[in-house]
Amino acid sequence: MATGSFTTKAKEARPLAIDARGLVKRFDSTLAVDGVDISIPQGAIYGVLGPNGAGKTTTLRMLLGIIDPDAGYRRVLGAENPQDVARLIGYLPEERGLYPSMKCYEAIAFMGALRGVPLEEGRKRGKELLEQHGLGHAIEKQIRQLSKGMAQTVQLLGTLVHEPKLVVFDEPFSGLDAINQGKLEQLIRGLADKGTTVIFSTHVIAHAERLCEGIAIIAGGKVPFAGRVDEARDRIPAQVRLETRNSEGPWRNALPEDTRRVGDFWYFPLPESGVEPLLKALIEGDAGILSLSIERAGLHDAFVAIAGEAAARDMVTNGSGEQA
Amino acid sequence: MSNPAVDSGGRLSLLRAAFVIARRDFSAILFSRTFIFFLLGPLFPVVVMALAGGVGAQVQSEAMVADVGIAMEGEQVDAMLAAREELDRQIPGRLPPMIELARLEPGEAYDARTVLENAEGSLAAVVTGTLDEPVLTATEGSIGRWQGTVGLVAGYARDGTARNYPQVGTSVVGTSGASENTGRLRTAQGAQVLLFLLIMMLASMVLSNLVEEKGNKIIEILAAAIPMDAVFLGKLFAMLGISLVGVAVWGGSGAAILYAGGTSLSDYANPGVGWPMFFALFVIYFGMGYLLLGSIFLAIGSLATTVREVQTLAMPASMFQILVFFFASLSVTDRGGMIEYSAIAFPLSSPFAMVAKAAVEEALWPHLLALGWQAMWVAIFVRMGASMFRKRVMKSGPRGASRRGPVSALLGMFRNSSTPTA
Repeated sequence: MATGSFTTKAKEARPLAIDARGLVKRFDSTLAVDGVDISIPQGAIYGVLGPNGAGKTTTLRMLLGIIDPDAGYRRVLGAENPQDVARLIGYLPEERGLYPSMKCYEAIAFMGALRGVPLEEGRKRGKELLEQHGLGHAIEKQIRQLSKGMAQTVQLLGTLVHEPKLVVFDEPFSGLDAINQGKLEQLIRGLADKGTTVIFSTHVIAHAERLCEGIAIIAGGKVPFAGRVDEARDRIPAQVRLETRNSEGPWRNALPEDTRRVGDFWYFPLPESGVEPLLKALIEGDAGILSLSIERAGLHDAFVAIAGEAAARDMVTNGSGEQA
Repeated sequence: MSNPAVDSGGRLSLLRAAFVIARRDFSAILFSRTFIFFLLGPLFPVVVMALAGGVGAQVQSEAMVADVGIAMEGEQVDAMLAAREELDRQIPGRLPPMIELARLEPGEAYDARTVLENAEGSLAAVVTGTLDEPVLTATEGSIGRWQGTVGLVAGYARDGTARNYPQVGTSVVGTSGASENTGRLRTAQGAQVLLFLLIMMLASMVLSNLVEEKGNKIIEILAAAIPMDAVFLGKLFAMLGISLVGVAVWGGSGAAILYAGGTSLSDYANPGVGWPMFFALFVIYFGMGYLLLGSIFLAIGSLATTVREVQTLAMPASMFQILVFFFASLSVTDRGGMIEYSAIAFPLSSPFAMVAKAAVEEALWPHLLALGWQAMWVAIFVRMGASMFRKRVMKSGPRGASRRGPVSALLGMFRNSSTPTA
């Protein structure tokens, strides 16, 4: 169980949108979520990463108050019961759904009405949002007449029509083509710029890496890491890529044991002593340095290191069909 | 200490949230093309019943045409036919048609049995012999029916003179103690049957009411935004609204047809509480009965994820309603007894039992008590249904519900657990 929080460092001053401690949820004999800690400051974009079946949706549902935890504590926008601030929250579930016979603007207005927006105001906002997002021609169309992508956009707009302070997306990129994934990423950044806290779950690491300020990695119902993306990357040392003129010589003693050679390049973790002693040893050992680069670990590598190979394989497998 | 976020962003109240759901459902159903079929629905059985009734009446009237043949000496045949005509004027419709079969010579024999056995058409009996000793040959049933009649006609024919029966004066009354009691009981039974048919038709519809939300995955959006109780309440009241529209249309049409046919309420026994109050109570008890059964069906139906599963659940649900109806209908036969009180106390049969009580008794206060009692159970059933639904479905994953069949889900209600998710 991770206890890390990225609020403890650079973002210390920001109030928390979500503060959850030790959330536990059990279904039958299955422990779906086992002591999840998550702290998310207001205005952050936060990713919940994990393979399918890891406990992401259950965690999000507990944070939204759709289900109650068996144990633990949660505070969402200052309320201990998330349903008490339901009008400030927008939620796009993994499995999208709209009433097929509703007109687009009516569907948005209905979702707004559920969050307290008067029907007439919701209709007005619905039409405006559809115009703004290039769906002006579909305002009067029924949902059943739309393409899947257009229907997803309508639902997304319905999630935002009441201008929530906290938006929760469950696998929002699932089923979207590359262009619409890009648009969604842009929309998420835009929300954060306006101070809205955005949480999304995903099993495609690239989205989290591009968007998120903080992440929680969930595997087997536990959270082995929760914190800033930088912190996750720092869990594994930077990798050195070295190309030398000489293949043998005293400089080889400067390389650690787990060095790998791929083609003309040597790969190894940056020694704890840093880059300067390494360079000195290579030069004095007559390596004949042709190139040397220090590559910071990617989030995928960090995920492998934190969650394990098995979880990472599931992520890759499940995410293989996704546009990342 | 107040929390500004909570103060400004608290969720919708139960009633307001229920109103949002009810408004959506009501308008979605009312403005759908299928609503016209919903309104026309009761017309089909009425048309079928009318047609069947017409055909039946035709068959019956044709079956009733049965002639009694006369085979006597010529003068006696004439006397019999004349006597029959005369008597038919005095007691119309009571005498069978009589036809001349044979004018016999004195002492001539006539084989009535053979004639009857070989007869085609409407000949049902043969009268032979003399006016003093007529002999009726017919089947056992016909003999039982016409023996006295033939004797009357023969006696009248034998005397050969017209009889003057005393003129009976008449004084018409609207009803009598016995007829009013019987009439009220009929009103009670009729009201129960009507209530049962309406509730059975409409409450069963809510079985499939959440299939759309579950099929379209909208239910999770609803659960995240508003209390599940509100979803239940909204759906129940939307269907109640639709039902009342239907009842108004059907009731109005029925009243118009009866009025056009020259029928008025005064033709029927006045219910104990009077017609206006009886109608009002009927509508209220319809609402209560619908909400009580509807809340159970909605909860059970919420476990189904496909139309097929709903169809599987519909039959036992209908059987259950019939059981409740039979129990309630027994209350009419046991006024003031244990069965009536049990039917009133049992929440599901209470509306049926009370509508019958409104037909036969004048007192209004029992209805106030019963309505309070029923309203309490409506609240309990809605809470239980909502909690069952929340427990069994919303704790599971996106496909959690579809992994369980309705039967296993029903059994699972009694276990405090649910299905894991991602």
